[in-house]
Amino acid sequence: MFGYEFYVDPSRCIGCKACENACAECDTHRGTPMIHVDFIDRKNTIATVPTVCMHCRNPTCAQVCPADAIKMTDDGVVQSSMKPRCVACNNCVLACPFGVPKMMVAAEQMMKCDMCYDRTSAGKRPMCATVCPSQALAYVEPEAIAATRRDRPTDVFFFGRERVTTKVRMMAPAARDAIALDVADYMWEGGA
Amino acid sequence: MRLFRRPSATPLWRDEFAIDQAEERYVNRRQFAKFLVLISLGMLVGNVWIAIRSVFRREPVFEPHPIAGAAQTPVGGVKLFSYPGEHDPCILVRTAADTFVAYSQKCTHLSCAVLYVPEARRLECPCHEGYFAVEDGSVLQGPPPRPLPRIVLERRGAELVATGVEILPRRGGHVASGSYPGASTERRS
Repeated sequence: MFGYEFYVDPSRCIGCKACENACAECDTHRGTPMIHVDFIDRKNTIATVPTVCMHCRNPTCAQVCPADAIKMTDDGVVQSSMKPRCVACNNCVLACPFGVPKMMVAAEQMMKCDMCYDRTSAGKRPMCATVCPSQALAYVEPEAIAATRRDRPTDVFFFGRERVTTKVRMMAPAARDAIALDVADYMWEGGA
Repeated sequence: MRLFRRPSATPLWRDEFAIDQAEERYVNRRQFAKFLVLISLGMLVGNVWIAIRSVFRREPVFEPHPIAGAAQTPVGGVKLFSYPGEHDPCILVRTAADTFVAYSQKCTHLSCAVLYVPEARRLECPCHEGYFAVEDGSVLQGPPPRPLPRIVLERRGAELVATGVEILPRRGGHVASGSYPGASTERRS
């Protein structure tokens, strides 16, 4: 819709957390950002990565929802849980391969990044992409990305053997077709 | 929305609780309320239409039609004729020397042709053994829901003339004149 796509480029992230603050401005979840900026390996590097919802084509959060509370709209945006249905069971929080859904304990409801659906469905940019000074979060036309970036966007991720395709695209080195993450690597970090 | 589900590897519950909003087949409360309102509106319009029609209902008009050869029919014999239209078969029964009765020959159950059985003095439908009294066409036994429509007969000089059709209600007694297929609906002038 409107020809814009969301691109995330962790290599451009400077960790300023402007996106978090812009997200927290929103009245639907005032004070709590739905995007988070993480240090990848704090001990060795200052590199940070912003995590928005990747809006999977076959969203795992919705697959595991026992209350049928998570829905995907026609334009492929996975919405927050529906308040009347969400039973706050945390299934989606545990199942999401990207760690996006947040349990709002006070509201007993899962909320997540919905790509500022009130804005993007009306042709505006998500708040995080409008404030990102380095355009690590970019909501632009695919032609603009192809013209200005050396990296190539990918929407295919591997978590072990699980293949996940997404609506939001991650900038990957031009030589790579897909980003492969072996979750087991992180689970056994520091162990045998 | 398809009426029948194609064979599929995905379980039925996944279809019914689709993740994609466009594929959802939920009937939510608002849709259900809309459905109720529309249906009751339709019922109201239908009832008003029926009421208006019953006010402006036209009485069927039957043209008198002489029954040829009635006098030649023996006592206990029958004569078939058509009344009021060409395709409305009727049966005339001479029950006594000067007594004639006539009914529509279509059984009120499934429109088989009824036959007169003089020994039993009744009209019998052979299809499902529905029996009608020859005196008034009322149902004696069997599946027919209504008595046979009676043809009103009138003697005009030497010939017998059919002048109308009487449709008896379900339980007999009261004679109502109802619409009859083939009857013209011109207003009586």
